[in-house]
Amino acid sequence: MAEKTLMKGNEALAEGAVRAGCRFFAGYPITPQNEVPEYMSWRLPQEGGFFIQAESEVAAINMLFGAASTGIRVMTSSSSPGISLKQEGISYCAGADLPIFYANVVRGGPGLGNIAPAQSDYFQATRGGGHGDYRVFVMAPNSVSEMANFPKRCYDVAFKYRVPSMILADGILGQMMEPVEFDFEPVDPSSFPEPDWAIGGDASGRERRVVKSYDLRPGRLEEWNKERAKRFERIEAEEVDWDGEGLDDCELLITSYGSCSRISKSAVKMAREDGLPVGLLRPITLYPFPKKAYQDLAKRVKNILVVEMSLGQFIEDVQLSVLGKVPIHFHGRPAGGIPTAEEIYDIVRKIMGK
Amino acid sequence: MKIVFEKTNGLTEVPMRYCPGCGHGVAHRLVAEVMEELGVTKRTVAVVPVGCSVFMDEYVNCDGIQGAHGRGPAIATGIKRSKPETVVISYQGDGDLASIGMAETIHSASRSENITIIFINNAIYGMTGGQMAPTTILGMRTTTSPAGRRAEINGFPIPMCELLSSLEGASYLARAALDKPAHIIRAKKYIKKAFETQIKGKGFSMVELLSPCPTDWGMTPKDAVERIRQEMIPRYPLGVFRDWEAEEKAKKEEKAAV
Repeated sequence: MAEKTLMKGNEALAEGAVRAGCRFFAGYPITPQNEVPEYMSWRLPQEGGFFIQAESEVAAINMLFGAASTGIRVMTSSSSPGISLKQEGISYCAGADLPIFYANVVRGGPGLGNIAPAQSDYFQATRGGGHGDYRVFVMAPNSVSEMANFPKRCYDVAFKYRVPSMILADGILGQMMEPVEFDFEPVDPSSFPEPDWAIGGDASGRERRVVKSYDLRPGRLEEWNKERAKRFERIEAEEVDWDGEGLDDCELLITSYGSCSRISKSAVKMAREDGLPVGLLRPITLYPFPKKAYQDLAKRVKNILVVEMSLGQFIEDVQLSVLGKVPIHFHGRPAGGIPTAEEIYDIVRKIMGK
Repeated sequence: MKIVFEKTNGLTEVPMRYCPGCGHGVAHRLVAEVMEELGVTKRTVAVVPVGCSVFMDEYVNCDGIQGAHGRGPAIATGIKRSKPETVVISYQGDGDLASIGMAETIHSASRSENITIIFINNAIYGMTGGQMAPTTILGMRTTTSPAGRRAEINGFPIPMCELLSSLEGASYLARAALDKPAHIIRAKKYIKKAFETQIKGKGFSMVELLSPCPTDWGMTPKDAVERIRQEMIPRYPLGVFRDWEAEEKAKKEEKAAV
């Protein structure tokens, strides 16, 4: 298990999902995530699972809706424009309380944009994305190893709370190669008991079941939404994850997620080598957002610098957490622009007057 | 006492709330009777569309799933491939199947997805109040073609059985009408054959049912069935368009002749 394998990010993501029990994948080609469906097309049949190339992203997410309703672990992946197309289906999954897992290997936008790495789908990922009141459990890996290991947590949360879950990656994470170490044993989904909401198969020993997202009876849909909101409250209380470094004594806090946090980490290292008290806070879950970690740090640090590969989306969650207690600075590179550690460090020195 | 007729166990006790003269009630009952007669009620999933029949899950006595407009065949695909022992039907109207969901319809047929589609063609968007559908016949008035459908403005109606019949994967295609008992008995035979096609693993099956919508056609139920006879059947001829069994038989005979 501790053996390390060199893998490409997209393939690690696919292998991680299979080891976490995924047995159904529906997808549609789009760069830079094509290695995921390609990998699934030969890998899933080895485990008795099923891969299908759908006629569109819209069909793919609806195939997922159907497959998920039978209670199995399912996955789709795409990149920004394709994830936009899937939003209606994701909303239906949320509305019908179906646990699904998907990944967005983000590219530059809006529109067709480009195929370069970007972080400009943060709002879409963390605010639900489709229509209606719901959220999605969102994890942001920053290494190929995390691409491999996060699908299991996504499935665990999705099934525990009956909500959609996703990985928000980008073209860097999808395309780069790194040594991968799995932190869990492969899961055998046939050992799971069938969920008591799953439809299909032999129903002779039970009442008939219906999976749906609508309820036209007065007040019922409101009650249902409120019940779902309670599950999201529990997710916010129990499933938050983040890490950081140099947090004990930092005066300036850099905060970034995903591949951008790797670059920010290099900037922190440069600052520390020059004796500047700079730290890094990196959210691992974007929803739920680690509000409390920011609130605690806001009592101690003098400045916060948000670095992201967009024109300013993630920064809004930082602002909502800190509520004006500390000045927040921003450095964003949209549409395929990737910040360098040097440019981040220059901004750090300016803020600190060094 | 000898029972000569009883309500099928394929339907629940919930009273249907369709308009007087609507074809959905008849179509639901035919599906339910076929499920019961084939003994598959306890392993059938009905994929229920957006439209008037969105409530079908309350009426049929099997598992159900209600999904997005037009995506029934994709949802059915996901269920069937995950649990192949399930009999999966997708019940769809004309707007659902031939307009917004056309891609899913054609691709599930071309993949010969082992599912059954029950296609209600009443040439109109019923639940939203009578707008023009892809199958609205020329000259027919709707709320979005108030002067009657005109080819030069609205294009032509789409005959789905004919369209799908050119696909290799379409194993069984048939069209019936719900205007009179003889046609309804024929419709049931088609539905049964479509179920059997799926149960035998022969691939994609679809039964199109020409169905009255008196409310949105602005007609009495009696005039509505008359319209099916006078206007719809001439444009949408009844019969079997593809039949895997007849085609297999013909192939065998051809071989034997050689």
